[in-house]
Amino acid sequence: MRYINPIKRAYLGIEAWFNIAFGSECNPLYNLGRLAFFFFWIVFISGLYLFIFFDTSISGAYASVEYMTHEQWYIGGVMRSLHRYASDAAVIVILLHMLREFALGRYKGFRWFSWVTGVPTLWFVITLGITGYWLVWDELGLYVAMLSSQLIDVLPFIPGSMARNFVGEQLSDRFFTLMAFLHFLGQPLLLIFALWIHVKRLSLVKISAPKGLAIGSFIALLALSLVAPAVSHKPAEMGQVTAVLNLDWFYLNVYPLIDNITAGWTWVLTLSITLFLMLLPWLPPKKTGPAAEVHLDHCNGCEQCAEDCPYDAISVQARTDGAKFENEVKVNTHLCAACGICVGSCPSSNPFRQKNELLVTGIDMPQMPINEVRDRVNEAIAKIKGDSKIIVLGCENALDFSRIEAPDLQVVSLFCIGMMPATLVEYALANGVDGVFITGCRTGDCYYRYGNVWMDQRFDGSRQPILRQRADRARIKVFRAAATDSKSLYQELTEFQNHIKKLNNEEGAAQPESAHE
Amino acid sequence: MKKGLRSLSLRMNKVLRYGLQVFNYTLFIGVVWYFSIKPPYHQLEDNEAVITLSFAHATKIRGACRQLTQEELMKLAPNMRLSVDCPRERSTLMLELYLDGKLLTKAEVEPPGIHNDQSINLFQRSKVSAGEHQLRVWMNDDVNVKGPTYQYEQTIILKPEQQLLVNFDASSGGFFTH
Repeated sequence: MRYINPIKRAYLGIEAWFNIAFGSECNPLYNLGRLAFFFFWIVFISGLYLFIFFDTSISGAYASVEYMTHEQWYIGGVMRSLHRYASDAAVIVILLHMLREFALGRYKGFRWFSWVTGVPTLWFVITLGITGYWLVWDELGLYVAMLSSQLIDVLPFIPGSMARNFVGEQLSDRFFTLMAFLHFLGQPLLLIFALWIHVKRLSLVKISAPKGLAIGSFIALLALSLVAPAVSHKPAEMGQVTAVLNLDWFYLNVYPLIDNITAGWTWVLTLSITLFLMLLPWLPPKKTGPAAEVHLDHCNGCEQCAEDCPYDAISVQARTDGAKFENEVKVNTHLCAACGICVGSCPSSNPFRQKNELLVTGIDMPQMPINEVRDRVNEAIAKIKGDSKIIVLGCENALDFSRIEAPDLQVVSLFCIGMMPATLVEYALANGVDGVFITGCRTGDCYYRYGNVWMDQRFDGSRQPILRQRADRARIKVFRAAATDSKSLYQELTEFQNHIKKLNNEEGAAQPESAHE
Repeated sequence: MKKGLRSLSLRMNKVLRYGLQVFNYTLFIGVVWYFSIKPPYHQLEDNEAVITLSFAHATKIRGACRQLTQEELMKLAPNMRLSVDCPRERSTLMLELYLDGKLLTKAEVEPPGIHNDQSINLFQRSKVSAGEHQLRVWMNDDVNVKGPTYQYEQTIILKPEQQLLVNFDASSGGFFTH
């Protein structure tokens, strides 16, 4: 039986719990990145409102925030609270996003780029929050300013001392305006750029949260803003050091470290953690299989594989082999995740073609070409015995099939369920199989992003190449599950076996009658 | 009958799902709220104050200027022939701050810059108990002088949460507090 590490097991268990509450489409754990974008939108819109009333002078900042919080509590106060709480919520979902990718092992191999660019993005978010707290210019703002300056002063290439600005009376409006500029424009632009880089290697990126989840999250944050509005500390006083501060631990967790282990060691610690996280994809590395290969003799340049590739690894270019078609596709081997989804997209992967010859398709996986897949299916069909001959076509990243042992069941595993040409199901049914049981990742959580989505669309006819109507849907079962759902797998399989037996019996009883008629 | 039961079960499921959603959202905003302000951070203990030593100072040049000989001048390129050679390096700054006779802060800082010729910025914070204290600071900013070049001594009374700034300005005569 396949080993599942405890973090992954725990995470999949929590995801299953959320599936009960939210359904797979609105499961927050399947939409953490999209939720972060949604919270950024709340932060952006509430920030725009706050900007209108915010006074960017050292003497007016605190008063303007207080005005919004107390005099204008019904809108300004709510906006301020939404601004703060949505920022905090964003940090939570980003951390969960990282934890999830780590727990499910989705940070190695071809995913290294998204992981490595994601880690510093968290720091961009944190620094954006830090300047936000600075601008309120209350006791907490002064503390943040003082300790941030100490962090900056310790850097060897920084001349002078920034911290000295916050101990005397020297702080000027100009410096404060600079911080405001950073918070309003500089840092948000940097963050947008970092996010763009983060998703650069993905295609069909979704950044808007599912409607239900967005509404629910917004109502929750609004309720929190009304029940516990965000408030300031007392105004900043240069000659004063506040003994007790209500820190926002999502953003300011590094600051107590500066107090306790010095600014220099805080840099060493945070940079070491960041570097370690960024190096994780190579500790130890995960080998990705060879990239997909294009066979131009069997490619008509339909572009379906380029459209379906979840990692933007397939591009379309003008035909180079002199064939009558306008275009051909090209695989970028550096971006290819070796998921095989392109094989399922290619109309030439139809197993009914070249039935007694070598099946060659337009784009194929060298480590398991479509011909081998067809051979495995043929072998499985030949081995199946019994009343209900069932073939299991499964994604190797979802469930563990190793314990499936029954004379009337045979398993063929694929890199991703999206690798399966829809016609393979029809092929199996046409060649003596009574039922096809398909297993893939949980809905909304494909290991290769879109494999199970494309398969569903091929089955319902909305994506090419489709599963034809002649394939008997009553003899096809799709079961979505994660690695920890083995128990349900056997239950579902037993139910499907019984269902197929019943169908066989019904058809067996109907045939003599029709023959008689 | 069966249909009715199924519909009731579906409705129950819906109620259960919404209930679970409300629970999860509440848990989420509970975490957001709690860690956005709690647990409080104690920067200072009760009855503590802070002494901050903070100033910028250019220490004395390490060596005296020297008149170049004619021979030395001739070895230089015509546009580089300055008759006086003044070293740029400044002295190491040494400082000790005592409170009630006990050493609170000690610093030995090289001037920054490639030629060690820039001003030194010193910023050090120390937590101390509030109340009356005897403050004494001595500093040496000239390698050619043994012992302190500047000294300062004063009785101070610190209130809890007060920040006492120990500053320095050579043109005003040395150290001062505010």
